[in-house]
Amino acid sequence: MPARNIIVYSTPTCPYCIQVKEYLKSKNVPFTDYNVATDIQARNEMVQKSGQLGVPVIDVDGQIVVGFNRNKLDQLLS
Amino acid sequence: MTNKPERELIIIGAGPAGMTAAVYAARKQLDTLVLTKDIGGQALWSSDIENYLGFTFITGADLVRRFEEHVRSFAVSVEYAAVAKVSRNGDIFEVLTEDNRRFFSRALIVSSGKSPRMLGVPGEKEFAGRGVTYCATCDAPLFTGKNVAVVGGGNSGLDAAVQLMRICPRVYLIEVADRLRGDEAIQDRVRRAENVTILTGTTVKEIRGNNFVRSVVVQDIRTNEISELEVEGVFVEIGLSPNSGFVKELVKLNKWGEIPVDCGARTSIPGLFAAGDVTDVPQKQIICAAGDGAKAALGAYSYLVRVPVPTDWLKSQ
Repeated sequence: MPARNIIVYSTPTCPYCIQVKEYLKSKNVPFTDYNVATDIQARNEMVQKSGQLGVPVIDVDGQIVVGFNRNKLDQLLS
Repeated sequence: MTNKPERELIIIGAGPAGMTAAVYAARKQLDTLVLTKDIGGQALWSSDIENYLGFTFITGADLVRRFEEHVRSFAVSVEYAAVAKVSRNGDIFEVLTEDNRRFFSRALIVSSGKSPRMLGVPGEKEFAGRGVTYCATCDAPLFTGKNVAVVGGGNSGLDAAVQLMRICPRVYLIEVADRLRGDEAIQDRVRRAENVTILTGTTVKEIRGNNFVRSVVVQDIRTNEISELEVEGVFVEIGLSPNSGFVKELVKLNKWGEIPVDCGARTSIPGLFAAGDVTDVPQKQIICAAGDGAKAALGAYSYLVRVPVPTDWLKSQ
């Protein structure tokens, strides 16, 4: 699989964020995790990229996925 | 991986009921497909669980992870999809997904749980995810330093208010009834907080904004007086409604939209079972849902053994 740049924008309390990160780990896909509860710069970046304020947001090489959408992520990671 | 569409059993939903049903079905070696939007259902939203046997304390996310590990230890197929409609032709159930795929089975377990109830006011859909949220646990920290409104004075509304009053300058707590309904202890904490304004006897009329929420319009139901509160977040915590719309033409639902079941998790339709919070079982508890899921799977097994396989079924296999 080609190297990808994957960013997860999450909060520590959000269960879907936990699931997304577990999912990526299970696929052995490295990712950068930003805690948007405290990292305001990352929060603004997330809002700018996704046009909304809900977590998780996943950025796969510039493709934005809002929420833990497994089918979409499966497709983007394949 | 594509899952073959014809099965002995389809389970709709993968919360505690559906996942328990999947384990029981797997142990009975039923050819089973789980069709679900997510893994965990409402159990995922519980931050603290102290009444699921075997765990003095566990978070919803952790319990769900263990449930999923247990399910995955069997060869159970899982397909991620939202179900649009279930119909029945003879003894065969047909499940149509929102992305227009069709799956077929001889027995069906509906364990699709509940979803947050919506306010149904102008602006709500438009601003969902742009200030309007249904998951305080997920999104509360994103509203640090902003004024917010919480709609609903039951326990989940009060919990949301408690989380938000620590990080927001002003929290409006809006409840349509003339008093808050949640536990007294939490009510006291909310009442004592100087930055929480409690508005009982008040309904939400509209949510306004540009790209994101800017205000919420409310009405005092005693005086009919309308006012506009400047907030950037609206947390909707007005309860849950059952995810049963896709079977409503097949089964008569009760007045809350729940699927009536008997003590064996059977519905009025032979071969159709239901379990967990989508049913009329009054106890909405993880352990009850899990138990009902087991009953449904065992019921489906007896049904499948008893009812003859249609002659044209699974010819291709």
